[in-house]
Amino acid sequence: MKIFVTVKQVPDTSGKVAVKADGTLDRASMQTITNPDDLNAVEAALTLKDEYGYKVVAFCMGPPPAEPMLRELIAMGVDEAVLISGREFGGSDTYATSQIIAAAIDHYGIEEDDIILAGRQAIDGDTAQVGPQIAEKLGLPQITYAGDIKKEGNTLTVKRILEDGYMMIKVQTPCMITCIKELNTPRYMTVSGVLGAWEKPLTIYDYPTLQDHPLIDKSTIGLKGSPTNIYKSFTPPQKGVGTMLKGDGKDTTNELASILAAKHII
Amino acid sequence: MILDKEHAMLQKLYRQFAETEFTKELLEELEETGEFNREIHDKMAKYGFMGVKIPKQYGGAGGDYLAYALLIEEFARVSCVLSIYANTSNSLGGGPLMLAGSEEQKKKYLPQVADGSKIMGFALTEPGAGSDAGGMTSTAVLDGDEWVLNGRKTFISGAPFDDWIMVFAQTDPSQKGSRGISLFILDTKLPGVSFGAHENKMGIIGYPTSDLIMEDVRIPKDCLVGELNKGFSYAMKTLDGGRLGMAAQAVGVAQSCLEEATKYAKERKQFGRRIADFQGISFMLADMATDVEAARQLVYHAAQLKDANSPDATLACSIAKYFAAEAANRCAYKAVQIHGGYGYIKEYKVERLYRDARITSIYEGTSQVQQMVIASNILNKIK
Amino acid sequence: MAYDSSKIEDFKNVWVFCEQRQGVMMPTTFELISEGRKLADELGVDLCGILLGDNVDGIAAELGGYGADKVLVYNSPLLKDYTTDAYTKVICDAVEEFKPEVMIFGASNIGRDLAPRCAARLHTGLCADCTHLDIDLNGYIEFLKTGSSLDVEHMSFESKLFDVNKNLKMTRPAFGGHLMATIVCPRFRPAMATVRPGVMKKRPFDEAGTKKVVIEHPAFQLAESDIKTQVLEVVKATKKLVDLIGADVIVSVGAGIGKDVEKGIALAEELAAVLGGVVGASRAAVDAGYITADHQVGQTGKTVHPKIYIALGISGAIQHKAGMQDSECIIAVNKNEAAPIFEVADYGIVGDLFKVVPEMIESFKAVKEAK
Repeated sequence: MKIFVTVKQVPDTSGKVAVKADGTLDRASMQTITNPDDLNAVEAALTLKDEYGYKVVAFCMGPPPAEPMLRELIAMGVDEAVLISGREFGGSDTYATSQIIAAAIDHYGIEEDDIILAGRQAIDGDTAQVGPQIAEKLGLPQITYAGDIKKEGNTLTVKRILEDGYMMIKVQTPCMITCIKELNTPRYMTVSGVLGAWEKPLTIYDYPTLQDHPLIDKSTIGLKGSPTNIYKSFTPPQKGVGTMLKGDGKDTTNELASILAAKHII
Repeated sequence: MILDKEHAMLQKLYRQFAETEFTKELLEELEETGEFNREIHDKMAKYGFMGVKIPKQYGGAGGDYLAYALLIEEFARVSCVLSIYANTSNSLGGGPLMLAGSEEQKKKYLPQVADGSKIMGFALTEPGAGSDAGGMTSTAVLDGDEWVLNGRKTFISGAPFDDWIMVFAQTDPSQKGSRGISLFILDTKLPGVSFGAHENKMGIIGYPTSDLIMEDVRIPKDCLVGELNKGFSYAMKTLDGGRLGMAAQAVGVAQSCLEEATKYAKERKQFGRRIADFQGISFMLADMATDVEAARQLVYHAAQLKDANSPDATLACSIAKYFAAEAANRCAYKAVQIHGGYGYIKEYKVERLYRDARITSIYEGTSQVQQMVIASNILNKIK
Repeated sequence: MAYDSSKIEDFKNVWVFCEQRQGVMMPTTFELISEGRKLADELGVDLCGILLGDNVDGIAAELGGYGADKVLVYNSPLLKDYTTDAYTKVICDAVEEFKPEVMIFGASNIGRDLAPRCAARLHTGLCADCTHLDIDLNGYIEFLKTGSSLDVEHMSFESKLFDVNKNLKMTRPAFGGHLMATIVCPRFRPAMATVRPGVMKKRPFDEAGTKKVVIEHPAFQLAESDIKTQVLEVVKATKKLVDLIGADVIVSVGAGIGKDVEKGIALAEELAAVLGGVVGASRAAVDAGYITADHQVGQTGKTVHPKIYIALGISGAIQHKAGMQDSECIIAVNKNEAAPIFEVADYGIVGDLFKVVPEMIESFKAVKEAK
C-alpha cells in the first residue's frame, strides 16, 4: 500500500527572475523551491498516510543538488525518496521525462492498491503534461485537477475541478491523480522530522538502474528522445512609458476622465 | 559560523512557520487583548516546537542548544512575544526538570510539556528578591509526607495559564544567602494557589505575567526536584540556558529592526531622493547590521559551547545576552529614528519592536547582572 | 501498415479539437478554429474540426462559419461526458486513421487533460498553453518584431534540422512569463499544441461557411470497457463565474485593498459598474482570500485584453503583467510610485486607492453624463 508522489525542484519565479543576455534563464542566481502544486500532492499523500497507513515514496527527476529538497519532504513525513538522476536524462521534454519517471516508478514496483500523486503543473514550464503522460506510459487511469480525494477500499472518488464547475469521478487503484492548490494546505516539516531527515532512505536511480526497463531507450529519453525542441527563446518587450498624472485629488481624476473621453476610450 | 544542513533546515522551518502563521491579524489581536492565544500555542506544539530541546526519550525532538537558539531567533524576528510561547518548555520550564529531575519525574512531566498539552512555568523572582535570590522569603516546610509552601512570587510569565510551575523556596532558613533554597514542582490546580492581576506591561504583550501566591499549599513529598537545598545552583544553571534563549530573542528583534529600517529607508523619499542615500541614515543601517551580526555570532558560539558542555559556556552566555540585548536596544532606537514620526505611531512595526527590545536587557538577568557575571568570571580567570 | 509518427510526409491538414460541454460549444473553440484557418492557409491544406459528444451534430455547422472546411463528428452515449479514456481513444484512433500534421486543443482543464495523454500515446510532441502560433516564417519574424526584445534584423532563422517554413512554431510563456519560448516539433506528427483561451482572435462569423462545411461521421470503435473511470456527476457552478475574457472593462484589485477588503471590493465594483465592466484581481488578492479565484488575472489565471484595464493597489508582479499588458488602455493606482505596474500603465496615479477611486467614480460619472 504505497503512494508515489512525483515532485520537481523549480526556480522560484515569484521573486526576481534573472535572464541572461542570451535570453536564457540565469538559474544559478535564483532560489530553488519545491514546486508548489507538488507540495499539495505531498500533503494529500500524507493525509492519506495518516488515515490509512500508506508508505509514501517521493520521486524526483533532477540533478543531485535536489537532495536537500527531498530531505525536506522527508522532514514533512515522506517515508522514502528516489532521485532519478543521470546525464542521459538531461534535456528531456515532457514526453521523455514522463517516460523516465514512469519507468522509475514501475521499477520500484506498482501494486494493486497503490496511488500516484502529482502536482497539476510546475511553475517553471506550466505545462501540466507530465502527470497525464506518466499515466499513459504506465497504462493507468488519470484524474487531473483534483480538488478532493475520498477513499473507500481500492476505490477513490475524486472531485475534478473544471472552470465552470466540477465532476465527481470514481476510479480504481492503481491510478494517477494530479493535485491543485485548492485541495489542501501543505503542512510544515516537524522539528523531529528535520532531525531525522538524513537518516531516512534516499535512493538514486541512474541510467544503469533503469536501462533495462522497456520504456527506457536512448531514442526516447534525454534531449535526443524529446519530440519537441526549443527553436527560439526571448524576453517579452517592455511597453513604452505611459503618463504619470500629478496628484491624487479630484483634479487628477477629472483630468484622466477628460483625456479618456477625448480619446473615445470612455 | 556556517550552519550545518540540519540546522539550516531547522532555520528554514522556523522562518517559514513564523512568517506564515504569525499573521498581522494575530499580532494585532495579541497586542489588543494581551491574552494568551491557545490556538497558535497548539499549532506550535503540533510541529514539535515545544520540545525542541527535550530529549527524545521524554517525547521531545532531542535538538541541541543551537537548534533552540535558532528557534527563538527566528520566531522573535516576526514576533517577540510569540518566541516566548515556544521558549518556556525548552528553557525555564522544562530546563530545571531536565537538569535535576529524577527519571520518574522526567517521565511523568516532560512528555506532556514536549507535546504542549501542559504548560510549565518558572517562579524564582520575588517582590524583594530579583537577581539577589538570597533575599527569598517563600518557604517550604516538610509536614509528614507533604511540603507546605507559602509565599509570593512576582513577574511570573504565563502564571495564570501554567499547569505546573517550577517553584523555588527556602527550606533551611539557618543557611546563609542562597544556600537553603530548594526546587519544587507545583501543580497550580491545588488549593492555596492563586494569581495576582495581569501586569500591564510595556511590551511582549500577549503572554500574561502575574504574581503567584501560595498559601499553605500542600504538595506531595516527591515534588521536590533534585537535592534538598541545592535549588539555587539549579536556578543559576537553568538561567544560563535561559540567557542564551533571551540573547537569541534579542538577535531576532534586532534583525527585524534592521529589516524594517532598511525597507523604510529605501521607500521613503525626502529632498528628491530616498533617505537611504543620505549618509546619516546609511551609516545607521551599517551600525545596525554590524550589531546584529556580532550578536548573532556570539549567540551561536555560546550555543555551541553549551552543546559541548564547555566550562566557558556560562561566561559566553552572559556575554551574548549582554551584547545582544544592548544591540537590540540600539537597533530599536535607530529603527524608530529612521522612521521619524512614523516610527512613533502604532501602525508601524518598529513601534512594537522598540517596546519589545526593552525587555531583553531586563529579564533573565539585567545587563548589569550580566556585567557582574562577566566581570567575576574574568577576575577569576585571568590571574 | 503500422502507424509511424515519424513519417512526417504521410501527414496532412490541420485539426482542431472542438470542445463542448453539455452539448454547448466552448467559446474558445471558435478562437481555435479561427487560428487553425490561418495555419491551414499558410500550409495550403484543409482545416478540420473534430467534435466528440452525444448527439452533437447540431453544433457542428457553426464551426464552418469561423473557417472549418470539414468537421468529423463522433457521437456516442459514451462520449456524452468527458472521460480521458474514451476521448483519448477516439481521437488517437482518428489521428492514426487520417494523419493530420497539426492538431490544436484549447488549454482548458479538459484540453490539458486530454492533449498530453494523446501526445504520449501517439508518440509526438506537445506544446502547452501557447499564446502564438505560426507556420509562415515571415509571419513569425513580423510577430517577433513587436512581440519580443530580439534584434530580429541580425538573427538567423535557418535550421539544418528542419524546414523552418513548414513546421509549426509554437510560442508560449515560461518561467511565469519572464521568458517566452518558441517550440517546434520537427521529427514527429502531428505537431500538437494547447492554446490559451482568450488569446487568439475570433474571425468574423461568416454565414456562408456554415453551408459549405462538410460534416462527416467516420466509423469508430468504443466500448464501455475502454473507460476506466466513472463519472458520477457533473456539476455546474451555481454562482455565475466572472467572464473576464469577454469583458471590455476590467477593474482589478490587488493586495492594496487589504486595509479594508470589503470597502476595496465595493469601490472596484462601483467603478466597474460606472464603466460597464467586471472586477478582476491579482494573485496576491486571491491568495490572501480577499476574492475568489475566478477573478484572477495573470499567469495561473486568465489572460485578458479589454479596452480598459484599471489596476487598483496591484504592485504588478510579472505574472500579473503578462496576463493584462495587452489591454488597450491601462490605468494604475498605487501608493508606491516605484510599483512595477506603472511600467505597463498608460496612465498612472500615485495615491491611496481608498481616496482616489471615489474621486475617479465621480469624474467618470460626470463625463458619462455629459455625453
